[in-house]
Amino acid sequence: MKQFDPSRRKLFARALALGVVAALPGCNFEDPQHPDLADRFLRAMLAWNDRVQQALFSPHTLAPTFSADLITNPPRFNAFYDISQAPVVDAARYRLELGGQIQDRQGWSLAALRGLPQYSQITRLVCVEGWRVIGQWSGVRLSDFLARIGADTTCKYVSFKCADGYYSSIDMESALHPQTILALDFLNAPLTPAFGAPVRLRIPTKLGFKNPKNLVYLGVGNVYTGGYWEDQGYDWFSGS
Amino acid sequence: MAKNSKRRGPVIHPWPLRLTHWLNVIAIVMMIGSGWQIYDASPLFGFSFPPLITIGGWLGAAIAWHLAFMWLLVINGIAYFTWGAGSGHFRKLWPISPRAIMREIGQALTFRLRHEKGMYNAVQRLLYVGVLFAGVVIVISGLGIWKPVQLWFFTDLCGGYFIARYVHFFAMAAIAGFVVIHVLLVLMVPKVLPPMITGGRLEQ
Repeated sequence: MKQFDPSRRKLFARALALGVVAALPGCNFEDPQHPDLADRFLRAMLAWNDRVQQALFSPHTLAPTFSADLITNPPRFNAFYDISQAPVVDAARYRLELGGQIQDRQGWSLAALRGLPQYSQITRLVCVEGWRVIGQWSGVRLSDFLARIGADTTCKYVSFKCADGYYSSIDMESALHPQTILALDFLNAPLTPAFGAPVRLRIPTKLGFKNPKNLVYLGVGNVYTGGYWEDQGYDWFSGS
Repeated sequence: MAKNSKRRGPVIHPWPLRLTHWLNVIAIVMMIGSGWQIYDASPLFGFSFPPLITIGGWLGAAIAWHLAFMWLLVINGIAYFTWGAGSGHFRKLWPISPRAIMREIGQALTFRLRHEKGMYNAVQRLLYVGVLFAGVVIVISGLGIWKPVQLWFFTDLCGGYFIARYVHFFAMAAIAGFVVIHVLLVLMVPKVLPPMITGGRLEQ
């Protein structure tokens, strides 16, 4: 018997070569218009991981809640710009614009949003960077709001646009989760511009960047609209 | 062929061990390299990993690499544990006698510790069982960090999200430390490397 099987040795060599090729620098979503082999591999794995996360998601599993003494105040600011550049939205003239598969697409003023049943929760916001803060957010349950405006909840996506140009989108199942809210208050006081005034999405079953702030538009539909970070390579589902 | 196998003993490293070993090399390199890049986005301690030794270049790509190669790490790990339990391989790693460890450390320090092909000495057993344990811890804490809501039991098992990141870090440090010792030992006793590629044969 031969000491080794050459075909097997070749297989090892190929497997090792694959690992080295995959690790080559300069192939990490650097040019979205011209994806290379590594980009295509990562995109395929992101799509696969999104399906796994969708399967893992349970509408009945609640994010942990915390006692008030654990709240981080002020919370930690994070955006693609400095805190001094946070958009200031005129609360008096504010309208949350609606679009897509919604029966009543009339815009919502802050007063109208505050007129809906309010729901408060102390939850943990986990940033994709690894840090976390605990906060008390209050506002309108998104599932209540979607029912109220006659949104077609058989659609796949709920999309958001923000006053600063940020945008994101989430799956309908997560949108209907009982802890997903359109937050108006932090610690029983209206949100400040840096932390999402006048309305932000608060969704504790997803990572922080899936909690868009300073919302100006909400859409419902079956067309994938991606997101500011998602389009650059962050995982779209990003469930916690 | 029959003549040959009469003269040659059993394989030192059966092919499932070699295959999972080298696949694991790829998985570990990719996971640790991308993990260091992820660490750098929000360091737990007063240092960062230099970009030269991280994989991904930026946080988004590093996470994509990390969550792509976690499948290789976990599936390969499950294959190894299944094979190890079914083939009796783990009997080579257990039991570990503390007295034998002390004796062998003494022998190693005085350059009297002999390497016997096909046998694991007590220090090797301790290191291998230790790194396998670290492997289990790193997967559990990793899942706990990835899914603190849906897989909350893993997060809780690690003491919550905040502590789970430290658990994950120290499990990485244990594995990285093992890799350093492991590679150093192979460099000191290079004859152990070919059997991990070809399988090798014990002389009878």
